[in-house]
Amino acid sequence: MMDDLRVLTGKHFMNGDEACAEGALAAGCTFFGGYPITPSTEIAEHLARRLPEVDSVFIQMEDELGSMAAILGASAAGARSMTATSGPGLSLMMENLGLAVMLEIPCVVVDVQRGSPSTGLPTMPGQSDVMQARWGSHGDYEIVAYSPWSAQEMFDLTILAFNIADRYRTPVLILGDEVVGHMIERVVIPPKEQIDHWGRKRPKEPDNGRYEPFKVEDADLVPPMVHAGEGYRVHFTGLTHDERGYPDMSAKTHHQLVTRLVNKIRNNADQIIRTEGYYLDDAQILVVAYGCTARSAQRAVREARQKGIQVGLLRLISLWPFPEALFQELAEKVDTIIVAEMNLGQMSREIQRVTGRPVRGVFHAGGEMIPPESILEAIREAAA
Amino acid sequence: MTAVKVADEHPLDAIIRADRMPHIWCPGCGIGIVMRCYAQAILDSQVPVDQHVVISGIGCSGRVAGYMNIDSYHTTHGRAIPFALGMKLAKPELMTTVFSGDGDLVAIGGNHLIHAARRNVDINVICVNNFNYGMTGGQVGPTTPQGARGTTAPYGNPELPFNLPYLLSASGANFVARWTTIHVRQIREDILYAFTRPGFTFIEVLAPCPVGFGKLNNIEDGLEEMELYRQRCVRVRDGDVRGDDLNIDLREDKPIYVGRFADRDRPPYEPVKVEVK
Amino acid sequence: MRQEIRIAGFGGQGVVLAGYVLGKALALYAGREAVMTQSHGPEARGGASSADLVVSEGPIAYPFVQQPDILVALSQEAYTKFRPSAKPEALILIDQDLVKSQEGDHVYVIPATQLAEDLGRRIVANVVMLGYFTAVTGLVDPGSMIKALETSVKAKTLPLNMSAFHTGLEYQVDLENKVAMGRTS
Repeated sequence: MMDDLRVLTGKHFMNGDEACAEGALAAGCTFFGGYPITPSTEIAEHLARRLPEVDSVFIQMEDELGSMAAILGASAAGARSMTATSGPGLSLMMENLGLAVMLEIPCVVVDVQRGSPSTGLPTMPGQSDVMQARWGSHGDYEIVAYSPWSAQEMFDLTILAFNIADRYRTPVLILGDEVVGHMIERVVIPPKEQIDHWGRKRPKEPDNGRYEPFKVEDADLVPPMVHAGEGYRVHFTGLTHDERGYPDMSAKTHHQLVTRLVNKIRNNADQIIRTEGYYLDDAQILVVAYGCTARSAQRAVREARQKGIQVGLLRLISLWPFPEALFQELAEKVDTIIVAEMNLGQMSREIQRVTGRPVRGVFHAGGEMIPPESILEAIREAAA
Repeated sequence: MTAVKVADEHPLDAIIRADRMPHIWCPGCGIGIVMRCYAQAILDSQVPVDQHVVISGIGCSGRVAGYMNIDSYHTTHGRAIPFALGMKLAKPELMTTVFSGDGDLVAIGGNHLIHAARRNVDINVICVNNFNYGMTGGQVGPTTPQGARGTTAPYGNPELPFNLPYLLSASGANFVARWTTIHVRQIREDILYAFTRPGFTFIEVLAPCPVGFGKLNNIEDGLEEMELYRQRCVRVRDGDVRGDDLNIDLREDKPIYVGRFADRDRPPYEPVKVEVK
Repeated sequence: MRQEIRIAGFGGQGVVLAGYVLGKALALYAGREAVMTQSHGPEARGGASSADLVVSEGPIAYPFVQQPDILVALSQEAYTKFRPSAKPEALILIDQDLVKSQEGDHVYVIPATQLAEDLGRRIVANVVMLGYFTAVTGLVDPGSMIKALETSVKAKTLPLNMSAFHTGLEYQVDLENKVAMGRTS
């Protein structure tokens, strides 16, 4: 019965925020701590109603600092935990996002992006948190972020986010946007047995308090995860720590630790990255887009193809880690790269960096979706 | 030179990470006393050691998590309480204790402190109050008396401090106590008592910080501050002293009220459960 | 073929529910693609509110309504505000007691609010209009609409909503003006 309530198998007509919440439930999320903020609030509202039905915790925290800390505490005790927010809240979560990286505590952070900076456009879309997602917490680290373009993907990628978070012991961001969050579409929820559940790598039996919780024995660089109350008597600290988890204020240990944390994501990037290509085989013009903007880009590319222009679309489903090899390969094949994004050139800068090529931007600061016509115009100009 | 005999065993070996000694605290510091009381309370409690979890924030008192040989989480500055809340709600069988300092819990973490007390979430907080930021070298904080000196208040602290028993009682904690580092038995007993009490419990322990606070405020050393505690402490009964009378200024010769200030049965926070037909 | 529909009225007339039921009928039961959007800004509070639907046979890339093919207006303010953005030849459905349309409009009229009041609750005027919409446009079959209604309204209000839907569905459509939408392409 409980499982039936967790996975609402069937076809639904729901918005992206609700689909995200249902994705969390289907993924086995047992703890949500959050603070209301437009345009993500429907996720909290939906989970406030649904989590208590499946014997799980919903708590509205006093702020986003507390929300982020609470989901880490819950995850450290073994829960699959999540929070949801928008730009201003994401800013407040950044310090503890770094703690999640350092302590290797899996969690899912959903950012339904709105027009920014500051309070910006609370009820209107943006995609300008892309670089904050990448670099927002202090220090060197790698992050995982997915960018859904439909209500269906808000569901699907939330499940993937939990699985990736657990497998690599890392925070995973969902970078949605107001359009995708509020748009109502068909969402198909598969039967429970078709939903992937990868789980965490778990330690061997406790050995009289001698367990080394940050010792890595596998090629994936991921140490098994000990949960609170299991008898291992582990120490987790945000200070630079050795394999025992003990603080070690040495340059050598620091370099080793940070390098491992970074390589843990970089070396496994192929397993984490998701992209989708349309008409790429013979494309001379490459359009790159993600999130809701990719919908406009898809229509623009389709219309341009009808006019005989050799254009293709690469949709980034994951934003971080960045698919460097793929871009280097594509850059060899195409004449022009067009990047459409609802910011003034964040991902395009990354693409320029990786390809060493200039990029034509179709940029908008946010507030409304970039219309297909703007992207089509850029394609036409490039083809002329 | 006399030969020094190092004891082979210590009664708390089982619960202290001996391989992490020596600790970082200065001579005369009071934190170790409070940690010892906490360690003893864990051993004396009816709760298995492996169900005890300690969560700390940042600062000298925050280092306690690293010295306790139980599951221990040294988190970010000010966020120990919400981290502990998440942990407790996710795994209610844990005996979850936040051990941290006044700057961490009351300044940067002050919002979480009052909201956790308001919710009456079932965690224990042990707050070592040494009236300053010790780890960073003696800056004033939200518990520094007005006029007292700190490295960021060289002309004296222009601000009024919090009075923690008053704040926590008003915020809704089920159990609120204050002791000083001379009250080792009472601290241990009240920590033990807090383990048995549902809801939010808060124990403030006044502790010397001779290097950070004492030096700038004419308190010669840790012992002298302990002597002040001994001379001035007055035990309240049934919370009969309230409000501003609970303010503390070690530079003034007036009573320091200690004891229990709240002990009540507001319902602890429980996550909502729904029976679906 | 991509078709754009806007259902508009004043707050409390249930235009969002109407849009949701129609979108659900199309996307889940009628084998079509449908995306619904609404305005969430401060302008969405009070005054004219609307629910927008894009309907198509294939996947819908751009989800927003740009120039409605069909405008349903339940209030004069909504009509005045949204008529200019609709196609000149748009099909327009109005509550005849509440909306006066401009000359030259391709209009279908129904006293939806009056009919709802006759059923006992003016609040179901939106569902009367949905029934009428189903009959006028032919865009969606009544069976799909009924399934969408059954799964979208509270069980205890279902009988009233069904009556409202049938009232609209069976309301006489002026055959002179009937244009089959959606089935033609």
